[in-house]
Amino acid sequence: MLYELTAYELNKKLQKKEFSSKELTDAVNSRIESVEKNVDAYVTFIEGKPDNNDNVAGIFRNIPVAVKDNICTKGIKTTCSSKILENYVPIYDATVVKKLKEARVAFTGKTNLDEFAMGSSTENSAFKITKNPWDTKRVPGGSSGGSAAAVAAGECIAALGSDTGGSIRQPASFCGVVGMKPTYGLVSRYGLVAFASSLDQIGPITKDVTDCAHLLKAIAGHDAFDSTSLNTEIPDYPKALTSNVKGLKIGVIKELVAEGIESGIEHVFSEAAKKLESKGAQIVEVSMPHIEYALPAYYLIAPSEASSNLARFDGVRYGFRAQAEDLLEMYKKTRSVGFGEEVKRRIMLGTYALSTGYFEAYYGQAQKIRTLIIEDFKKAFEKADVLVSPTTPSTAFEIGEKTDDPLQMYLSDIATIPANLAGIPAISVPCGLSEGLPVGFQIMGKHLDEMTVLKTAYALEQTIEFKEKPKLN
Amino acid sequence: MAVKDYEAVIGLEIHVELLTESKMFCGSAVTFGEEPNTHTCPICLGLPGTLPVTNKKAIEYITMIGLALNCKINPISQFHRKNYFYPDMPKDYQISQYDIPVASNGFLDVELDGGERRVRILRAHIEEDTGKLLHESKSGRLHEAKYSLVDFNRAGTPLAETVTEPDIRSAEQAVAFVSQLRSIVQHLGVSDGNMEEGSLRVDANISLRPVGSNEFGVKAEVKNMNSFRSLKKALNFEIERQEELLRNGGEVHQETRHWDEKLGRTTTLRRKEEVQDYRYFPDPDLVPFNLTEDYVEEIRSKLPELPKDRKKRFIEEYGLPAHDARVLTQSKAVGDYFDEAVKLYKKDPKNVSNWIIGEFSYHLKNANLEIDESAITPKHLVNLLNLIDKKTISGKIAKEVFDEMFNTGKLPDIIVEEKQLVQIVDESEIEKIVDAVLEENAQAVEDLKSGKEKALGFLVGQVMRFSKGKANPEIVNRLIKKKI
Repeated sequence: MLYELTAYELNKKLQKKEFSSKELTDAVNSRIESVEKNVDAYVTFIEGKPDNNDNVAGIFRNIPVAVKDNICTKGIKTTCSSKILENYVPIYDATVVKKLKEARVAFTGKTNLDEFAMGSSTENSAFKITKNPWDTKRVPGGSSGGSAAAVAAGECIAALGSDTGGSIRQPASFCGVVGMKPTYGLVSRYGLVAFASSLDQIGPITKDVTDCAHLLKAIAGHDAFDSTSLNTEIPDYPKALTSNVKGLKIGVIKELVAEGIESGIEHVFSEAAKKLESKGAQIVEVSMPHIEYALPAYYLIAPSEASSNLARFDGVRYGFRAQAEDLLEMYKKTRSVGFGEEVKRRIMLGTYALSTGYFEAYYGQAQKIRTLIIEDFKKAFEKADVLVSPTTPSTAFEIGEKTDDPLQMYLSDIATIPANLAGIPAISVPCGLSEGLPVGFQIMGKHLDEMTVLKTAYALEQTIEFKEKPKLN
Repeated sequence: MAVKDYEAVIGLEIHVELLTESKMFCGSAVTFGEEPNTHTCPICLGLPGTLPVTNKKAIEYITMIGLALNCKINPISQFHRKNYFYPDMPKDYQISQYDIPVASNGFLDVELDGGERRVRILRAHIEEDTGKLLHESKSGRLHEAKYSLVDFNRAGTPLAETVTEPDIRSAEQAVAFVSQLRSIVQHLGVSDGNMEEGSLRVDANISLRPVGSNEFGVKAEVKNMNSFRSLKKALNFEIERQEELLRNGGEVHQETRHWDEKLGRTTTLRRKEEVQDYRYFPDPDLVPFNLTEDYVEEIRSKLPELPKDRKKRFIEEYGLPAHDARVLTQSKAVGDYFDEAVKLYKKDPKNVSNWIIGEFSYHLKNANLEIDESAITPKHLVNLLNLIDKKTISGKIAKEVFDEMFNTGKLPDIIVEEKQLVQIVDESEIEKIVDAVLEENAQAVEDLKSGKEKALGFLVGQVMRFSKGKANPEIVNRLIKKKI
């Protein structure tokens, strides 16, 4: 079936005219028709026409691509899966959307997420709960759960997600697909509705590492509209796709394979690491002594920034507005009704952490921990070229299993958060199944060293030959 | 008169809108008085997903202000977010500066009639302006309005905020300080410094303390002073209000007070308990920026002539008294006017100064105009001075000509010709001629006395002949009738 192929394969076949772009779009559309009711990956669908220009660089021309619904699309609703933006239509395109338009992708739609990207299960969407295609009683992970589930279910060929503390990698891991968070600043954030500005990055969610490299190439690059965007030459990422890892030093972060990890995951993960070793890579153990503080630091920094970033949703200019007698009441009602529980929890947490008298003890301390973690990474990268861990401590959990326990939910990001705090690139690649559910292998690289990350990921993919597909009907 | 046992302690916060082409963090144009919401973009509207990009020109301007105020320019500076909810703020936070402003620890020597007073500058920083709210009610005040409209044209305009130490002791000193600061930003070319239009806004912190004390009293912050006059009135009112409170055993509350121009008094806007926690934190969308020594020195070397240098030049080069030089440099436009006029009239700069400070200022004040808004160009003024010098017109006529040229913008040459002002209008001078003519024409005098009106025409004609046509016929007529 066409929807089962990768963008790279589809592009080859399109060029050979084995089928038309319309046939491809139709195939994905009919796949959506048959499985979307079980998956609920999308918030909004986009209808487009195939592009007939043959002179477009890259492999994504007419490839069905989904976009997480916190990335602005001109003239198309961008809801952040929040009631407060339920009918919000942006008047401009995010830089990544512009780039994808230049690459002439066929947009399938906007995918569901945890409201404002706050969550790890996509259960925090104001509209619907996305299901994991591997087991629809389970969550797809989050917050880019819609994008990961859509790719896994064949409801699109590739997708964009955003990753603040693991929001690309954790759902990719849960859904058995590839997800990458690039170096902070590599991909423009302009048009990504901000959650935590110093941590947010847009990245690809794809079926394999090859598509990931191509999609990253399509969206990376300096953007004058983003002051944190890096002005650096963009390497030809697909050139990294060699499985030669001879002599590559792979550091296993010992703190991330210790307690709290499901034994099934630990097993699949270490088998995968052994396979890399058999390919000539050298496995070393590294320690990151401060990593245990990453989670608390993250849950101060991210909510602090969010409390400020989300202030603009006040009912004055756009989005939902509650009727009220005066301004203050309007603000209060709009935000009480417009935001969901998790968003409100984090806004309150962040507001508190930034308050006079608490700032130094919370935000200030968290920033110091952030510096310590960056130092930890620097030291670790002196011993290894890439650092690896299981992407998540558990496989996809059941819907409703953790909704009453935010702390347990937060713990599912324990292995992914450090890369956001340090701003380094990290990828999750499927490396096997544990009790029928996918396990993700996380590879982190040095600042701007996407090439080594992709090379390692490709080598892993080639050795593992993870061919399983979710059985959706 | 009551014994004055309190002294006022005043610190000022002055916001100046910078005249950059585009706004602080986006490409929208900086404008004034345009159709509401026509100069906005997704960024200054704070639409979801947008990001700020710093306007380099604004950083240059605030650096210039810092240098002109003798400040230290901090090598690394940073933007912070000031968080509070208000409908004129698109993001519900203002991008401002907090612990590392661009400039800090400066001073300005304020020139007063009795000498100079050094006012220390705590800091000068850069931030973005808010939009404007239009409350739809008769008074224009929020509490009476049925609804309010927002105009975001101003949102994101670069603002320079200068904060002084509490070194000011009177309303007059405050006015002198603001006036001098305004002249500086004008000379730098970074702002028009127009208080009435809100491009220069002053907030004042005022407290009183017993003379001789080194402690500070409880302060009140006064806002909404939209002209030099209201600044002076508001501060004097507030000083008197606090003095009366203290004298009667009361206490001053720490609060923000609103100057009501119509009522001529300050009223409580919000109490200290209502003071907001702005939850400042570094803006993660904007990385800290470096102002290297080279950068600062380059800007310093390119600084234009500042008011104090100009004043010095006026004294040394043109021989002006210090008072004249100070008045002429209080605004850039006046200084420019004087420089240009003196170029055309090198022989007597003091004469030019007298006219600008005297007659011209008087007219401008009455018409509520700035010198560069007047129709009288330096060429006009010099034309007038030359007419006086050539004695074409008298000083008295000159004032009439000035009046006419102020109202019409016509050159004095033309006014004098059109109005035939070269003629003799001096009655005593005319009277001498009249007397001589009457003495010589006894017959005609007799004829006139006996009712022969024709004789009057003859006599007037004789006077005109003697005065070579310059005598004013009306005066001549009147004088002849009076004398007969």
